Amino acid sequence: MIRFEHVHKRYPNGKDALRGISFSLERGEMAFLTGPSGAGKSTLLKLITLIEKPSRGTVLVNNQNTSRVSRRRIPRFRQRIGVVFQDHKLLYDRSVFDNVALPLVIGGLGPREIARRVRAALDQVGLLGRERHAPITLSTGEQQRVGIARAVASRPDVVVADEPTGNLDPELSLEIMRLFERFNEVGVTMLIATHDLDLISRMSHRRLRIVDGQVAADVPAGEAGHDWEAGD
Amino acid sequence: MLVIAIALALPAGLRVIVNNVGSVSGSWQGAADFSVYLAEDVGDERAAALADEIRARDDVADVTLIDREQALADFRARSGFGAALDALEHNPLPHTLVVRPAGGASGSVEALAQALSADPAVHLVQLDTEWVARLRAILELTSRVVDVVTVLLGLGVVLVIGNTIRLEINNRSVEIEVMKLVGGSDGFIRRPFLYLGFWYGLGGALVAALLIAAALALLRSPAAALAALYGSDFRLAGLSASQAALLLGGGALLGWAGAGLATARHLRAIEPR
Ligand SMILES: Nc1ncnc2c1ncn2[C@@H]1O[C@H](COP(=O)(O)OP(=O)(O)O)[C@@H](O)[C@H]1O
Ligand SMILES: [Mg+2]
Repeated sequence: MIRFEHVHKRYPNGKDALRGISFSLERGEMAFLTGPSGAGKSTLLKLITLIEKPSRGTVLVNNQNTSRVSRRRIPRFRQRIGVVFQDHKLLYDRSVFDNVALPLVIGGLGPREIARRVRAALDQVGLLGRERHAPITLSTGEQQRVGIARAVASRPDVVVADEPTGNLDPELSLEIMRLFERFNEVGVTMLIATHDLDLISRMSHRRLRIVDGQVAADVPAGEAGHDWEAGD
Repeated sequence: MLVIAIALALPAGLRVIVNNVGSVSGSWQGAADFSVYLAEDVGDERAAALADEIRARDDVADVTLIDREQALADFRARSGFGAALDALEHNPLPHTLVVRPAGGASGSVEALAQALSADPAVHLVQLDTEWVARLRAILELTSRVVDVVTVLLGLGVVLVIGNTIRLEINNRSVEIEVMKLVGGSDGFIRRPFLYLGFWYGLGGALVAALLIAAALALLRSPAAALAALYGSDFRLAGLSASQAALLLGGGALLGWAGAGLATARHLRAIEPR
C-alpha cells in the first residue's frame, strides 16, 4: 500500500529531514510512526500526501510513484487518502456536516449519497446528531473526531494521521486510537505519527521508529518495545 | 462596490448624454426652417404657385409665402431704417418662401435645398445648418472619447474586482489550504471566487443603473422646462432596455474576468505545508 525506497528529503534550506528511509506498509496494516521531535515523522507523512516530493528515492502509494504525479493530478491522488491533523484543520465557518461532507462534495457525489455517508461517518465517531453544530462549540476531542470523520467519509484506502492526539489528555487519546483501530479492522490502512509512547505501549501494533531521518527500529505488531525506544 | 458602480456609471451616463444631445440636434435639423429667396422678377402669382408646388412635396411640411411688400413693411417697422428705405425708388426685397422640411429619416435638408435652388425662379436658398453639422462632428468625437473612457474604466473595474478577490483569497487561505489537502481541484476551489466576482460586477452594474436613473430623474424637469422654452416637446431619454442589459451583462462579465485573473494569479501560491 505504502512503500518507501531509499528516500531522501532535503528541504530548500539544506536541511536533510529524511536520510535513506526504506519500509513498506501492507494493505490493511496499522502502524505507529514514532521518534523524537524533529526526527522527520511529519516530513515522511507529507511525502505520502504529496505535500512534498522526495529529493531522492521512490515513494509508492497504491503502486503509484508520487514523483510521477503531475501537479494537475495531485487533487485526484489526495482524494484517495484520508488525512488527520493535530490541529484538526476544520473550517470554522461551516457546520460539522459541511466539514465532513467536503471531500464528498469534491468527489462529486450526489446530495443524498453525501448525506448518507456523512451520517455514517459521524455515527462511527459517535457524533451523530451534532451535524448542525458549529465545530467551535465542540470540545477539542470532539473536533478531532469530526476531523477523523472527514478523513474516512470518502472511504479512502489509507489514512495517515500526524500527532492526532497531541492536544488531548490520555483518556481522550486512547479513545481516538481505539477509533483508528476500528477503521483498521474494516480494512483501512493506517499510519499514525505520535511521540506518545505511553499510549502506544498499551496497544499492539507495528512501530516504526525514526531518529534523525533514519529508521532506527521497526518493531512488528505484538512484540514488546525495547528499553531504548523510550527517552524521547 | 460603489467604486465599481461609479466606474460603470460614468461611461454609461456619458453615453446617455451623448444620445440625448444627438437626438436633440437631430430634431433641430429636422425642424430647421430655411428661407428661399425668389428672383426679383418673379411676380405675385408665380410666387404663390411656387409655394403651392413646394408645399406638395413629400419632404416639405409647410411653406409660408412672405410677400415682398409685407417684408418691406416689416423691415421698415422693425429696423428703424424707415427714412433710408423711403429714399429707394423701388422695393429691393424679393418674395420669400419660408420652408419647413418634413424632417424624419427621409428628409435630408441639404438634398431638399439643392432641389429647390435648381428652379430658375429661385435666387438663393439660405440654409443655416452649418452649426448643426459642427455639433454633429463634436458629438461624433465625444462619442469616440466615451468609447475610450469606457474601455479604460472597464479595465479599471477588472482591476478593482481582481483586487477584491485577491484580498478574499488571502482572507480564506486557511480554507483554501484545507480544500487542497482533501483533494479539491483548482477548478473546484476557483469556482466560488468566480461567482463572487460575477456578483460584484452585476451588483456594481445594478447600482450604476440606479445612479443613472436617479441623475436623470433629477434632470428631467429642468430639461423639460428648457425644452418648453424653445417650443420643443423633447424628453430626456434614459437607458434603453438593451443598453441596460448591456450594462448589467458587461458588469457581470468584467467581474468574472477580474476574478478569473485574480484566481489564476493567486490561488497557486496557497499550497499546504
Ligand atoms: N519546510 C521545511 N523547511 C525546512 N526544514 C524543515 C521543513 N519542515 C521540517 N523541517 C526540518 O526537518 C526536520 C524534520 O522535521 P519534521 O518532519 O517536522 O519532524 P517531526 O515531525 O518528527 O518532528 C526538522 O529538523 C525540521 O526543522
Ligand atoms: Mg511533526
